[in-house]
Amino acid sequence: MNDRIVLTYHVSPEDFTRAGEASSDVKNKLKQMGVSPSAVRKVAIAMYEGEINMVIHANGGDITVEITPEKIVMILKDVGPGIADVEKAMQEGYSTAPDHVRSLGFGAGMGLPNMKNYTDDIQIDTKLGVGTTVTMTINL
Amino acid sequence: MTVQQLIDSSGFSPVNAGGDARDRAISGVYCCDLLSIAMGHAPADCAWVTVMANMNTLAVAALADVACVVLAEGAALDDASAEKAKLQGITVLSTDLPVFDAALRVHTMLR
Repeated sequence: MNDRIVLTYHVSPEDFTRAGEASSDVKNKLKQMGVSPSAVRKVAIAMYEGEINMVIHANGGDITVEITPEKIVMILKDVGPGIADVEKAMQEGYSTAPDHVRSLGFGAGMGLPNMKNYTDDIQIDTKLGVGTTVTMTINL
Repeated sequence: MTVQQLIDSSGFSPVNAGGDARDRAISGVYCCDLLSIAMGHAPADCAWVTVMANMNTLAVAALADVACVVLAEGAALDDASAEKAKLQGITVLSTDLPVFDAALRVHTMLR
């Protein structure tokens, strides 16, 4: 593996049919690099949840994935509405997803909790009306 | 039991047989329709039984590394989703059975 690989993705707003493409691409690349299946699965799950959140809540955004031999860092940046109450949003079962999103099978209030559970570190930097940056780290 | 054996013996209809994925051994059965719960809890290599049949079901199936998807209650993929299953080599089966009965059938075959 090279010392440092950076992948960047743009997430389209409100496009549920394409949501997950960035996560799938990262998953495939990590597999090719020989990253352990359990780490690949963690990255895939955490990143997909983040990607879906951007589609549902934030008019899309941009994702940067940094891969080094020690760790994988995912930075998900949007200019959406921001998260009013991060503590609540981190609670399992709490969701502000609209009905049309729930009808697709989302809105269980597990997005951020999954992101926390499947990563070694998660930092949420959010400001109402400005946007949110979520930084997730998985140690290898 | 491999995915191919499930296809051959379950009586479920193959929507997409899946490529190399058919040699995968199925580790167990998992049932859930809420995608984020399935994402967080479906064990790798399981047969995932759900009535949620859309593009996102396939994304979750691929990312959570399940062995195959069983669509219960006659739930059906639209053409674009079926095409995606084919492209990504995700095995998808369908049945008119309710979720519990479909899962029980897989479970019984695994024993």
